[in-house]
Amino acid sequence: MNAPAAEGRVTRYGPLQDSAAYDVVVIGAGVVGAGIARELARHRRVRVALVEASHDVGDGTSKANTAILHTGFDATPGTLEARLVREGHALLGAYAAECGIPVEPVGALLVAWDEDQLAALPGLAAKAARNGYEAARVVDADALYAREPHLGPGALGALAVPDESIICPFTTPLAYATQAVRAGVDLHLNSRLQHVTWAEGEGVGGHTLHTERGPLHARWLVNAAGLHADTVDRMLGRTTFTVTPRRGQLVVFDKPARALVHHILLPVPTALGKGVLVAPTVFGNVLLGPTAEDLHDKTATHSTEQGLSALHTQGARILPELLEEEVTTVYAGLRAATEEDDYRIDSWAEQRYVTVGGIRSTGLTASLAIAAHVTGLLAEAGLDLGTPTSLPPVRMPSLGERTQRPYQDPGRIAADPDYGRIVCHCERVTLGEIRDALGSTVPPASLEGLRRRTRARGGRCQGFHCGAALRDLFDGELS
Amino acid sequence: MVNGTGGTGEAGRALGRRVREVDVLIVGAGPAGLTAAEHLAAADCGTVEVLEREQQAGGVPRHCHHGGFGTPWTSGPRFAAARSRAATDAGAVVRTSTTVTGIPEARTVDVTGPDGLERITARALVLATGARERPRAARLVPGTRPAGILTTGELQQAVHLYGQYVGRRAVVVGTEPVAYAALDTLRRAGVTVVAQLTDLDRPQIPPLRAADARLRRTVPLLTRTTLTEVLGRGRLTGVRLRHADGRTTQVPCDTLVFTGDFVPEAELARGAGLRMDRATRGPLVDTAFRTDVPGVFAVGNVLHAAETAATAAAEGHTAAAAVRRLLAHEDRPHAFGPQLAVAPPLRWITPGRLPRDLPADDTQRFLVRAAEPLPARGGATLTVTQDGRTLHSERVRGPLRTGNSREISGSWVRDAALDGGPIHVTLAATRR
Ligand SMILES: Cc1cc2nc3c(=O)[nH]c(=O)nc-3n(C[C@H](O)[C@H](O)[C@H](O)COP(=O)(O)OP(=O)(O)OC[C@H]3O[C@@H](n4cnc5c(N)ncnc54)[C@H](O)[C@@H]3O)c2cc1C
Ligand SMILES: Cc1cc2nc3c(=O)[nH]c(=O)nc-3n(C[C@H](O)[C@H](O)[C@H](O)COP(=O)(O)OP(=O)(O)OC[C@H]3O[C@@H](n4cnc5c(N)ncnc54)[C@H](O)[C@@H]3O)c2cc1C
Repeated sequence: MNAPAAEGRVTRYGPLQDSAAYDVVVIGAGVVGAGIARELARHRRVRVALVEASHDVGDGTSKANTAILHTGFDATPGTLEARLVREGHALLGAYAAECGIPVEPVGALLVAWDEDQLAALPGLAAKAARNGYEAARVVDADALYAREPHLGPGALGALAVPDESIICPFTTPLAYATQAVRAGVDLHLNSRLQHVTWAEGEGVGGHTLHTERGPLHARWLVNAAGLHADTVDRMLGRTTFTVTPRRGQLVVFDKPARALVHHILLPVPTALGKGVLVAPTVFGNVLLGPTAEDLHDKTATHSTEQGLSALHTQGARILPELLEEEVTTVYAGLRAATEEDDYRIDSWAEQRYVTVGGIRSTGLTASLAIAAHVTGLLAEAGLDLGTPTSLPPVRMPSLGERTQRPYQDPGRIAADPDYGRIVCHCERVTLGEIRDALGSTVPPASLEGLRRRTRARGGRCQGFHCGAALRDLFDGELS
Repeated sequence: MVNGTGGTGEAGRALGRRVREVDVLIVGAGPAGLTAAEHLAAADCGTVEVLEREQQAGGVPRHCHHGGFGTPWTSGPRFAAARSRAATDAGAVVRTSTTVTGIPEARTVDVTGPDGLERITARALVLATGARERPRAARLVPGTRPAGILTTGELQQAVHLYGQYVGRRAVVVGTEPVAYAALDTLRRAGVTVVAQLTDLDRPQIPPLRAADARLRRTVPLLTRTTLTEVLGRGRLTGVRLRHADGRTTQVPCDTLVFTGDFVPEAELARGAGLRMDRATRGPLVDTAFRTDVPGVFAVGNVLHAAETAATAAAEGHTAAAAVRRLLAHEDRPHAFGPQLAVAPPLRWITPGRLPRDLPADDTQRFLVRAAEPLPARGGATLTVTQDGRTLHSERVRGPLRTGNSREISGSWVRDAALDGGPIHVTLAATRR
């Protein structure tokens, strides 16, 4: 086995020239795949590549969720998902603190709007307890309105889940990928996997991965292709599940709305997903959504007139004043639902293959626990990982509204005046931060990527003030 | 007072800030702020400082490379440069790349710039932060999120300030005056405009101007047409439209420009806890441009999104007089008279209330904005009443448009009861 290079490569263009086989290739650089690559990077003796179809990390479902760090209180007890969400909550909470990923422990309130829902709350608390979560409490209407004075009229009570938190969904996969690359993992972007063949090599044998940018060789393969996990599965001759995209549309309201809501306001769950919620974001906005629409098209990440009007109706009930605020963004994400109400993580030792499928609506939370679980499966299946080392910590840019941002930091500005030059005014992103992102380990490939790394152009004006200036900086970096 | 926009914990961050005092502090070096600065500096009001977050002073006209600014009629950049020079020549200090990030207490602002952080307290604070166009998301236009979607503000900067490539085929949304500025900019950038659309039944500019765009520039205008979906991944490939008769069509394009539908850039004012006007979405001011917080004024498009640069500048001038009066009688508490309210088809009126402690200024004009376009034919009568008493009534000639306001006389102000009830401004079709 090769000794891993000091730092991995990040490639976006040109043929993938690699004569030597990787020990493990992970397909899909969403929060799940990037998390797995990071975990594998702790094992210095294996040579790992992370292969992604898009031009950036976290560009699939991982960029379009509700950004909640779940406790798993409402999972189905006994499922793999229940365990990995519970473990992931603790792991990611600690990891976020170490890397500077913004997290706010705001807590959730499951609001009951009718007698049936109210009657369901004690059962939900009991279920939470079966999931190992003991802190959920039923609160009455008075206590609810005391906590959320702007809540629409008619709520009867709520289940308080104090440990539900909000987290930055963009920084999380980037932190994983950054740490993985720094520890030697190669990241190949723009490299969609098209088909897989098996070749008996010198003694070991392995997969030949035919990508858009040419072939790669891998002794072991991990499929973390999200919505396309079933497609990749079929490339390996497996047909264990089919992914049905379940779309969630969301509306983001401007920062003045943040004062209207203090907790994540969840509905009492129905058969179709978690329903519509109102939640603050770590950037100081407020989210309304998601819808839950079962579709066939895995590219249908567009919003619709019906979806937005349904959200409007529901939002008007939950938090009427919210609708008077300006909207900064509308987006939609697709949950990778399968036939079963659980994650679909399987390993085939003889094929040196692990599938990570059906990571539906909790994958951000569970990502580190999934990574540990998958690494365990690889070891069980016979991959010799050696002893794990701990990775040098990464420090991610501080994007959270409740943390000290560079524009507020006199020391940083004194050291480099570019941290005092605000380019994106709505989100107060400085020239220094934009330069840092453009020169980072996993640099952005588009203005959208720059936005996910810095918040630039992600605010209320959507580029009216800064769009052209940002493009100038971005294009300048490319030329 | 509340901390800066959405920022809790900002209070504890006074540490590391240079603490200073000035006499007059103006936020925003657009036409309104610069004109206020010029007249205050010329009147010897002590230190007058203007803070501007962009690298150049001048505000929006900086990137409006078309004629139509002020008298004499000139181009945006020239107008911006002239206002800026006038302010500096009069002795005002104009600091660029300097952003006001919050208003932790009345007349005190927190500032970020390349030289570090400051906390500046002024005897008078003037907010002149302007307005922006509503972008696609704020208009809740469904569809994908490709590149190639912009507002006129971004378009103009891309073309005129940075010489960037825009695209080949554009659809323009809106028919307010600014839409025609967008058409000009697109033409200069070599972009073909394949359609201009509005959900209203006529363009919101004078018919000659609209006809010029349609006939001479051959821009097809689609009225009573709604943009229902944005199409394309990566780059915009087209838009779906719905016409009045329910028909839908698809128009291929790689560029989509949202024009007009301005909103005040009022987050700073709101974050400061200033009383806001729900109708304009800007701070509520009286005819002396005083907000409800003593010593804090607001002028320009932050009050009325959006009017001409000349209107903004004129308000800067008027407000300068009110600031001077404040500086001369700083300890005098201020008092407000009745508020002004409108009913449909009017959308808002500004200034939104009368002063109580100042002599009635009947030279002051008001701006009213219609919620929907009103046709020229028939005419309408605008009536001002208070407690059932008619103070004023005037014939409104010509059509009312949604993209700009109508000026109404303030001659009735001296007849208003300053301790009376709210003043109602209504518009009704003139009976013949
Ligand atoms: C509306 C919504 C709300 C949600 N809210 C939450 C929440 O609050 N909290 C939470 O924890 N979770 C939430 N989730 C779930 C979470 O977002 C997902 O579980 C998680 O992002 C899944 O990550 P992933 O890496 O599996 O998938 P993805 O992010 O989709 O990554 C898969 C990657 O694989 C790549 N790929 C696919 N095919 C190929 C190929 N052939 N070759 C190479 N690469 C390929 C894709 O380009 C993609 O980048 C939500 C999801 C949705 C849709
Ligand atoms: C595309 C377009 C075309 C137009 N064409 C015409 C025309 O032909 N003729 C005409 O008369 N008018 C035109 N207008 C309108 C004209 O530009 C405005 O009336 C005028 O600029 C308003 O002046 P203002 O000072 O109120 O605001 P602005 O010009 O918007 O200036 C506000 C200034 O405040 C600054 N600022 C905001 N917040 C802060 C902060 N926190 N800290 C520091 N600085 C801050 C901004 O950077 C900006 O420079 C046009 C507008 C647009 C968008």
